[in-house]
Amino acid sequence: MSKLFTVSPSPHNYGKDTVRSLMYGVIIALIPTLAISLYFFGLGALIVTLVSVVSALIFEYLITKFLLKKQPDILDGSALITGLLLAFNVPSNLPIIIIIIGALVAIGIGKMTFGGLGNNPFNPALVGRVFLLISFPVQMTSWPLPIQSRMHYLDAMTGATPLGIVKEGIKNGEKVSDLMSQIPSHMQLFIGNMGGSLGEVAGIAILLGLAWLLYKKVITWHIPISMIGTIVIFTGILWLINPDKYLDPLFHVLTGGVLLGAVFMATDYVTSPMTHKGMIIFGIGIGFLTVIIRIFGAYPEGVSFAILIMNAFVPLINMYVKPKRFGEVINNG
Amino acid sequence: MLKTFSKGGVHPAENKLSAEQSIKTLPIPKTVTIPISQHIGAPATVIVKKNDIVKVGQIIAQSGGFVSANIHSSVSGKVTKIDSFMDSSGYKKQAVVIDVEGDEWDESIVKNNEVIRDCNLSSEEIIKKVGELGIVGLGGATFPSQVKLSVPKGMTAEVLIINGVECEPYLTSDHRLMLEKGLEMLVGTSILMKALNVTKAIVGIENNKKDAIEHLTKLSEKFSGIEVQALKVKYPQGGEKQLIKALINREVPSGGLPIAVGAVVHNVGTAYAVYEAVQKNKPLFERVVSVTGKSVKNPSNYLTRIGTSVSELIEAAGGLPEDTGKVISGGPMMGKALNTIDVPVTKGTSGVLIIPEGESRRGKVSDCIRCSKCVSVCPMGLEPFLLMTVAEKQNYERAEKEKTMDCIECGSCSYTCPSNRPLLDYIRLSKFEVGKIMRSRKS
Amino acid sequence: MSEIVIYTIITVSVIGIIAAIILFFASQKFKVYEDPKIDLVEEALPTANCGGCGYPGCRNFAEACVKADDLSNLYCPVGGNEVMKNVAEILGKNAVDKEKQVAVIRCSGSYNVRSRTNNYDGAENCTIVANLYSGDTGCQFGCLGLGECVDACGFDAMYMDEETGLPVVIQDKCTACGDCVRACPKDIIELRNAGKKDRRIFVSCINEEKGGIAKKSCEVACIGCSLCVKACNYDAIEINNFLAYIDYEKCVLCRKCVDVCPTGSIHEINFPARKIKPQKKEKSENPDLVKIAKDKNSSETKE
Repeated sequence: MSKLFTVSPSPHNYGKDTVRSLMYGVIIALIPTLAISLYFFGLGALIVTLVSVVSALIFEYLITKFLLKKQPDILDGSALITGLLLAFNVPSNLPIIIIIIGALVAIGIGKMTFGGLGNNPFNPALVGRVFLLISFPVQMTSWPLPIQSRMHYLDAMTGATPLGIVKEGIKNGEKVSDLMSQIPSHMQLFIGNMGGSLGEVAGIAILLGLAWLLYKKVITWHIPISMIGTIVIFTGILWLINPDKYLDPLFHVLTGGVLLGAVFMATDYVTSPMTHKGMIIFGIGIGFLTVIIRIFGAYPEGVSFAILIMNAFVPLINMYVKPKRFGEVINNG
Repeated sequence: MLKTFSKGGVHPAENKLSAEQSIKTLPIPKTVTIPISQHIGAPATVIVKKNDIVKVGQIIAQSGGFVSANIHSSVSGKVTKIDSFMDSSGYKKQAVVIDVEGDEWDESIVKNNEVIRDCNLSSEEIIKKVGELGIVGLGGATFPSQVKLSVPKGMTAEVLIINGVECEPYLTSDHRLMLEKGLEMLVGTSILMKALNVTKAIVGIENNKKDAIEHLTKLSEKFSGIEVQALKVKYPQGGEKQLIKALINREVPSGGLPIAVGAVVHNVGTAYAVYEAVQKNKPLFERVVSVTGKSVKNPSNYLTRIGTSVSELIEAAGGLPEDTGKVISGGPMMGKALNTIDVPVTKGTSGVLIIPEGESRRGKVSDCIRCSKCVSVCPMGLEPFLLMTVAEKQNYERAEKEKTMDCIECGSCSYTCPSNRPLLDYIRLSKFEVGKIMRSRKS
Repeated sequence: MSEIVIYTIITVSVIGIIAAIILFFASQKFKVYEDPKIDLVEEALPTANCGGCGYPGCRNFAEACVKADDLSNLYCPVGGNEVMKNVAEILGKNAVDKEKQVAVIRCSGSYNVRSRTNNYDGAENCTIVANLYSGDTGCQFGCLGLGECVDACGFDAMYMDEETGLPVVIQDKCTACGDCVRACPKDIIELRNAGKKDRRIFVSCINEEKGGIAKKSCEVACIGCSLCVKACNYDAIEINNFLAYIDYEKCVLCRKCVDVCPTGSIHEINFPARKIKPQKKEKSENPDLVKIAKDKNSSETKE
């Protein structure tokens, strides 16, 4: 017998999923969203996305190689996703240098300081985004108008997001029904014709991505459904109480990155809970915090903050929310 | 909607390559090596001496305790050696080597193929006979059958479950047995029902064996109380606890035995062996073994004498392929990789699977990305990622609290892990260490 | 303004006084008496918390020392005789002198002498492998080479030799705490007396197979030929299950057994180099001697 057998503990059958295949599943799901943002924001979207993705990959490579001293595997897709998501979370007229700073914070502080993929407690793209939002509030909240600014980058015409308009209006004592004339219709919101970050505008594209992710079993339904459900119920109750002061639930869901957050950010493997029960708690928490921040907080939208806050609770959720063990409760039904 | 168990599970590619091949009888080898520990529990004690002449079916080693089983000679001939030989674990264990001369069966064994349906023995007599003739669970766990049939005091068996699931990919020995020896198997089932004093038996078969389901459903009409139930294909449905959950929707409590919910599970192979033992006086000295694999020339099912070398089985199926990377005794999910093919077939060998070089290696291990796939596929509701982490940190108290002992080692977690983490390896380690701690606590 | 300051001072002082009173009573009520000697003993110990003494940590050991009537069963292998003497002084008891011990690896089946029979592909942990099967070489007793002992060592006294695939003990750092001995699933590591001038002789093999089989799986295995037993004038060597064992209490370090061993499985450590050393190597390849050993074994073969 010249050749030696391999001996290993069972199982000897290995599934097809790899980290790479799961990550590329997410990237494929992001393509429709990217396409729509390119359609609405054109040149700016292209520049922002490219800069963000390339700098995320470069930072990942450099940090893994020279600081962590590990063999870098930048093509595993995770840095690519972080770069894309960061781009999707910023306006299309953001100066290049700010994007690069965002990518450095996202990859460097959000991910690598904790030891790389799998060890970061917070969603890296959101860490980058929130850092930019706090550091560069002006640039981060000037939203280019869709379609008109297609061929413009830094010189794009800007306007407010629908949520911003409403928030400002309500502060000035205006009624919601009067404000509705200033903002796009629900249908327009659904296809993404509004001011906002690159990726947050197109509801339909994100739902396409969700369908793909669920079909490929990359994610489960628990987080998106519980998060959106909570937002619908919570804002629905407020809307029924006083439709003059509060927006309708559908409007809430379609604006301010709720869909983007629910489908792509909150479902990030690394920073979401391990059990289905935990995921539902996580989703409800995000939904609840989002509405609280939107209605009672200073920011017109609150998805990023809500997700980051709930990220911090994930270890706690994992500690106390356990799956139901087989045979734990004797069920002789 | 077909029944199945509710929690977890995976769908590995079935690859039942030898399903169409009827059972062939493997020629009797020149020598056999019969290990004296082929079952869970205490090894048997050898009662023959060197140069003794033995017949087929003659007892050569006596059961060594309550949880133990008799070992019978599978051939006739001369005992040439009683020494330690490498078994499938690579460690040397005591075994009896017999040089074959002719094929002379013990007189008490009825050698014809006539199916005898009636059994006039009482429950105790059946159990005694099953014990004497060395019947063990043939599904792979090799638990002595008479122990399973002896219902502990204070508990009653309500239903007998016959496991014809064969959820392991590749393996087809149970499938062929159901097709070819269906009637005998059902008689064996009715004998087991009598031994347990139950009036109901369910044969659970996964829906990828439609011919067997049809065949047995037709046959079972002639038996009262036996029902054939088709099940949705999902691994690990053949696990006792999962099968009970799927068929009668009861959960065996953590740390408990199936009898706690009134169920007793036996494999179809065991039912057939019980039939042969009780009606034909035939001890367990041969079994059906699937020899299969993508690179094997003729994947087949062989009726093989216990103690035959695995290499002879492989030779019969067309020889060991050039690019063999791994040879597995059993199925790909729970089987044992062999380090040499010169090991004997034992009572628990349900198949010999040959895996080509390209598929035999594990992928590169990377960090856990916390995708939670292992948690959602675990049929026991455990958290494999956590169990592995605590085992790596040698925090065995925590592992015990997280119910590591409930793990049935089905391998679904390692199978599904995208980071190729050796989850089950470490869970086994923690089970081993926790078991040690628990034993030391008892004493 | 000054009112606010005064009120603040008063409030804070009152809170402080109340808290102090509560704390005073609480400390009286929940006081646990502990022998002050325990602290003293603990200070004298090396506080490595290695568990080498058999207790979970140094404090538990200190407690045991204080409680025990005599210290003969208690020994801190890390601190050695000196520390035990100090402990005994504190407690006014007598300490027992013990020889300094050191861990030895009783397997020398390096890559080049012990051929592989299969490739292991799984979690890199000795216990997992040992529970799975006999290992990736023909020897079912030998070192698995995955370094669980090195991981267990809390004193950095071990490392894996890349070339041989075997662990190495750094004698100066080894405290004989026994962590590696407990960690090894194959029971290869033994604590032996360090010996005079740190010289020691031991059989670096635990293969209990018959000579021929052992030799086939590993060139430097003990084949149980009993030449060493005959050479030893002090009855220090015993053969059980085809394996020689040298009793370190009886061994006088004469090195005769090392000379006669046909496979070179008896190791001498820290002895000055001898002139005839090359001859030893020759001997190990002397087929006659091995053959004698083999024949002897086959005649001894058990039924």
